[in-house]
Amino acid sequence: MTASNYFDEMWGTEEQLRAPYRSVHDWITSEDPARLRAKQREAEELFRLTGITFNVYGKAEAEERLIPFDIIPRVISGTEWSRLSRGIEQRVRAINAFLHDIYHKQEIVKAGRIPQEMISKNAAYLPHMIGVTPPGGVYTHIVGIDLVRTGPGEFYVLEDNARTPSGVSYMLENRETMLQMFPDLFSQNRVLPVQNYPVDLRRSLAACCPDRTSDKPVVAVLTPGIYNSAYFEHAFLADQMGVELVEGHDLRVMDGRVAMRTTKGYKPIDVLYRRVDDDFLDPLNFNPESALGVPGIMDVYRAGGITIANAPGTGIADDKAIYSYMPEIVEFYTGERPILQNVQTWRCSEPEALSYVLDNLEELVVKEVHGSGGYGMLIGPAASKKELAAFRRKLKARPGNYIAQPTLSLSTVPIFSRAGLSPRHVDLRPFVLVSPGKVQVTPGGLTRVALKKGSLVVNSSQGGGTKDTWVLED
Amino acid sequence: MLGKTANGLFWMSRYLERAENTARLIETGQRIALTRLGTDDEEWASVLRSAGVLKGFEASGQALTKDAALNWMLRARENSSSILTCIESARQNARLVRTAITGEVWEAINATYMTNQQLLSRKVSERDLPAVLRQIRQNTALVRGMIHGTMMRNEMYDFLRIGTFLERADNTARILDVKYYVLLPSVDAVGSSIDNVQWESILRSVSARGGFRMEYGAGAGPQEIAHFLILDKRMPRSLAFCVSKLKDNLRYLNATAPRPSEAQKKIDQLERRYLLHDVSAIFDFGLHEYIQDVLRGLSGISRQIEIDNRFYE
Repeated sequence: MTASNYFDEMWGTEEQLRAPYRSVHDWITSEDPARLRAKQREAEELFRLTGITFNVYGKAEAEERLIPFDIIPRVISGTEWSRLSRGIEQRVRAINAFLHDIYHKQEIVKAGRIPQEMISKNAAYLPHMIGVTPPGGVYTHIVGIDLVRTGPGEFYVLEDNARTPSGVSYMLENRETMLQMFPDLFSQNRVLPVQNYPVDLRRSLAACCPDRTSDKPVVAVLTPGIYNSAYFEHAFLADQMGVELVEGHDLRVMDGRVAMRTTKGYKPIDVLYRRVDDDFLDPLNFNPESALGVPGIMDVYRAGGITIANAPGTGIADDKAIYSYMPEIVEFYTGERPILQNVQTWRCSEPEALSYVLDNLEELVVKEVHGSGGYGMLIGPAASKKELAAFRRKLKARPGNYIAQPTLSLSTVPIFSRAGLSPRHVDLRPFVLVSPGKVQVTPGGLTRVALKKGSLVVNSSQGGGTKDTWVLED
Repeated sequence: MLGKTANGLFWMSRYLERAENTARLIETGQRIALTRLGTDDEEWASVLRSAGVLKGFEASGQALTKDAALNWMLRARENSSSILTCIESARQNARLVRTAITGEVWEAINATYMTNQQLLSRKVSERDLPAVLRQIRQNTALVRGMIHGTMMRNEMYDFLRIGTFLERADNTARILDVKYYVLLPSVDAVGSSIDNVQWESILRSVSARGGFRMEYGAGAGPQEIAHFLILDKRMPRSLAFCVSKLKDNLRYLNATAPRPSEAQKKIDQLERRYLLHDVSAIFDFGLHEYIQDVLRGLSGISRQIEIDNRFYE
């Protein structure tokens, strides 16, 4: 497999410079490579100084690492984006309607579009949420939709992140870094801004406050703490929104509210943007061992005393088996054809699909239904005989735990490497804010790039990097 | 603001101040050792004691040499007050309160931390020592400057200031306590070179040689030095100065409350009892006993601030 088998977003498949990249291409060719290399180093120093790091799991002592940043922007034309953003909005509306439905009447099950056991036996289905409607009816306040591209007009949704999508701080800092290092680029190109995200996020969260809240809702961000892999992002967002960053031990339930311990006593919170998983949210209702949560918060929540963003129980929409039903879900709730395509998916729980997957394993990508972060997956074409055999055993032992997809020819975008421009595979995570009656898609999103030549794995935990993502005003 | 945040700000500034004080104590110790008038080891023991780390050093079982003392104060991980661990703790607290400090303050602390990790990654040779210490003091000064220049004057700033002045008062009191015998009038060796060196070491430890000369003249002796370090409100490291700043900042914090906080009451009491006399009364009372009382008072105030402001649950 050579890079030319793939669609390159700068060069297409025919080595013809594509229109959205014209100005970026002119810039790179006119720059002195030595200066660009110096700028690349400067960017890294900037990231280290600002502390834009993530902690790596599984180390005895949490280690702070930089996510590599590549200075060549990824460019999306205004026309391309307008279709994408309509598709994203449609999908996000459908996900919210789906979540409301499965925790209430389950019309979609009654209509025979999704099997009952897909819902009720799903580990991410939260019985505590049955019959509960979150304030404003919003389940997924913040969503990240992972997209991949395989051709000029071909975008696919790879997965939905409805639980706690992360990475938005990198989207913002990447832009900030580019603005600082190459201001001239932005005066030559009309790039849609992303910098309003924190203000929009605060507004969007505040708009989802419980009914009886006074005019100025108190918003806070709940973090598992300083050693969490995304702590930087939690602090960053709280700082940018101008709200408190709290941990479980700063909070307690008092008089039917959740309140934070301030220097002047306990102060009630209206909207909690939590970056703590469902399971750790409330030791009284979920994992009793959790020290990260707030005992009794679910009871306050069910009584309408606080908004939790995203709502508990939304994780089921991230489930990769549920994902395979997304085209049906979109049609069922919106009455429209899905604008964005799904990747063809084999549910290994179905015997026919399983036998196909086992027969064609070396060509497929296999994922755990609840997996994330690129952990626990198999990329058939890149796997050794031994790895394939091990995965066959896993599939046979717990077929319901896996789905399989064809290995996609992910598009490439050039990175600035030691050898000059080199194509590398990318994906895209746009970020979406949902409040009552409103869905906002930030133009662009986080582009993750596999820095290793030929690699299809873009996750930062697996050596991926990021790029600034431009949506041009056409 | 969160009680946890107040706690983080308070300790962030305490650790920064402590790192800077330790750098200054090391410089003084080195200076004295170089003049070769004091006996080396004795001087280093006194420097370690002034830094409040002698017990920990002794417990580590090392022989007291200049190298060992330097290493203990600069970069020993087992020493929670070494410059290396102080800066690490300051940064850890800064990460914890990232939303309460400006981006500039955070970057200054982070840069300080990064340079420090490099400077102190291996044993510092005698030749490099002056440059390393200078760098450390410049870095902490940069952080202080960023705090001064970019932070809102609100309760967050107040907690930073309170942490700074409690730590500084504590440091000055400890220097006085270690060297009190040099200042006693009964030691009748005025003019001897030993005493001159010792007095100079005290003044150097608080970066105040020039100021003292200017204000008190060349002929001044122990009584004036004691007055300068304890009661002179113009001197930014004197007990009276630190206490008056603490009073101010505790008052700002409590501005909207109908009555003074417990910590305010305690600091008023400390001031009334110990800082409104003249220096001869202090000598009559007993300098050592006096300093011990002040140190106890300061740590009581520190605890009271934690309680008043709900640092912990």
